[in-house]
Amino acid sequence: MDRRCFLKTSGAIGATLACGSASAAETPASKEFVGVLVDTTRCIGCRACEVACGQANGMLVPDVEKDAALEKERTTSEKQWMVVNRYKTEKGDVFVKKQCMHCWQPACTAACLTNAMFKTQEGPVIWNADKCMGCRYCMVSCPYNIPKFEYNEWNPDIQKCTMCYGRIKEGKRPACVEACPADALMFGQKRDLMEIARVRIYNHPRQYVRHIYGEQEVGGTGWLYLASVPFEQLGFPMHLGTTPYPEYTKEFLYSVPILDFGLPTLLIGLKLLVDQAGRNKHEDEDGEVSR
Amino acid sequence: MSTTTLPETRPLGMLQFVLKELKPKAPFLTPFNVISIPIILVGLVILAVRFTQGLGSVTNLNQEFPWGFWIGFDVVTGVALAGGAYVITFVVYVLKVERYHPIVRVTVLNGFLAYLFYAGGLFLDLGKPWHIINPMIGNSFGYNSVLFLVAWHFALYMTAELIEFSPAIAEWLGARRMRRFLQSITVGTVIAGFTISTLHQAGLGALYLMAKGKIHPLWYTEFMPVLFFVSSIFAGISMIIVEGTLSHRVLKDHMDAEHGEFDKLIFGLAKGAALTMFAYYFFKALIFIHEHHWNLMGDRWGNLYLLEILGLTLVPCFMFAYGIRHRSLGVVRWAAGLAILGVVLNRLNISLIAFNWFSPNHYVPSWQEVWVTAMIISCEIWVFRWVVMRMPVLRKATGFD
Repeated sequence: MDRRCFLKTSGAIGATLACGSASAAETPASKEFVGVLVDTTRCIGCRACEVACGQANGMLVPDVEKDAALEKERTTSEKQWMVVNRYKTEKGDVFVKKQCMHCWQPACTAACLTNAMFKTQEGPVIWNADKCMGCRYCMVSCPYNIPKFEYNEWNPDIQKCTMCYGRIKEGKRPACVEACPADALMFGQKRDLMEIARVRIYNHPRQYVRHIYGEQEVGGTGWLYLASVPFEQLGFPMHLGTTPYPEYTKEFLYSVPILDFGLPTLLIGLKLLVDQAGRNKHEDEDGEVSR
Repeated sequence: MSTTTLPETRPLGMLQFVLKELKPKAPFLTPFNVISIPIILVGLVILAVRFTQGLGSVTNLNQEFPWGFWIGFDVVTGVALAGGAYVITFVVYVLKVERYHPIVRVTVLNGFLAYLFYAGGLFLDLGKPWHIINPMIGNSFGYNSVLFLVAWHFALYMTAELIEFSPAIAEWLGARRMRRFLQSITVGTVIAGFTISTLHQAGLGALYLMAKGKIHPLWYTEFMPVLFFVSSIFAGISMIIVEGTLSHRVLKDHMDAEHGEFDKLIFGLAKGAALTMFAYYFFKALIFIHEHHWNLMGDRWGNLYLLEILGLTLVPCFMFAYGIRHRSLGVVRWAAGLAILGVVLNRLNISLIAFNWFSPNHYVPSWQEVWVTAMIISCEIWVFRWVVMRMPVLRKATGFD
């Protein structure tokens, strides 16, 4: 095969490969994490999402008419994967939906020693009952205190939002997004959601604060929030920083194999030195005799 | 193993011998038995409730405080206090300081039982303990989890301690060839055990690295792994001093002359504790200065911190030094007691007290949680007593060199 021919052939292979990757590029959706944009300026506090979540996931379905649940701030529980809270601000009542943030690099999955908690290829962070041993390290690690434990079951499960992973696999949107009558929730890929969020801020600078919660927090989250008032007034933790939580244990984890192999080497060397020193001492003492 | 390896003094078969040994050897109605038997019986009832009704039925754990007294005290604190075994085996087998040889077996036994029972405490705390098999047999390895490493290093270290102690079991059974083999692997096991200990002691501190934002800034530092490791050294040594002092009062009759002379080892141990404590204190002070922590002084968290760092670290450190200089056993023993309190307070601060320190509904353990812990300690002492009354732990085995 001469050089020209070789170049032609390899060029043809290259072109085929390029075509192959082009056809793969047609569905980048499957390669990129999905999330939800919550526009709290649009939320009317009807809690239809809470009802939809309970129905879709077999969890508690709240009686929205009667339970007066907005009167006090709630957290998610082992019976409810998401809640809506009301905050009184200078811009009036603001309603905030609270659920798992589906972090880009989650603390809970890094904490899990059985991979029971894991981040799917699509983005939702979900949990597997057959692997979990119930150690609750995910709860200790989660900066948002999202995983909840069934303390009153003999065979307890961890309960948390799955972003309706089953529905996403079927090509549907999460139940809460589907149920929202006010268009406050939008499901999609993060890059698209970020673009939409930025456009809304630029177009309505007086309506929004210039902060998209979840863009940077703990290294970025799947759920993004827009608001009319600073997020600290809406119960969002502001002290979490932008470092992904698994980074905090990275140095220790790297040092483990180094120490596991390095330390014995050092100790064996130390022991040989001590043995040698002992022998020398012995020889010095017996020096006269042996000679 | 054939019965031919048994020495002539034991004509019975191995099984008969073990059965005979299982019977109690001391008077039954001792003060310890009178106290511990009700503790264990009620504890079993509590555990029956726990395993049928769920953890919430007997503990005060909740969604905000997923780890309580069983993890914070039994596991995190208990393991630190069991650090004596890796320190003393290192000193005797690697540094060849033969003086401490007589306390190796009792320390390793104490360490092994502590791990066995406190890791057992972990088992009680798991929601689905039957799934503990998952990270162990390899169908589900979470390599990127600190807890995975801690669990594996726990399991490996328990095995290492059992191997380190096993020559005593072989002597008890009169299995000479087995003993020779087990003794030949001791040094290798000690080196492996030291390495594994370093990592899981540090690993317990590393567990809390992702609880950033939940632990009070006076206690949360990226150096927690190093601090946990260093403090486990003097915690372990202090425990040897206290346990040795106690067991030499209670078990005097079961000791031979070589093992009876514990007092002359105390000053050497105290020196090790004082030095590591000072290093620990110095490290803590560096972090304090570097992070501008004086801004956090003045409230009750600041006071708690000062109690731990000055009252229960620096004071016992100087007491050790004073005791060594003035040859005062009493001062050294008190120093050891205070040092242990300091490590207990440190571990409880990180795992329970300063954890979610801002929470209005702070966790306080239920009486059942404390009771079960007392039960675990009682069971451990039962097994310890059973072993030292039968196996050559506090005395040399007859017929073995």
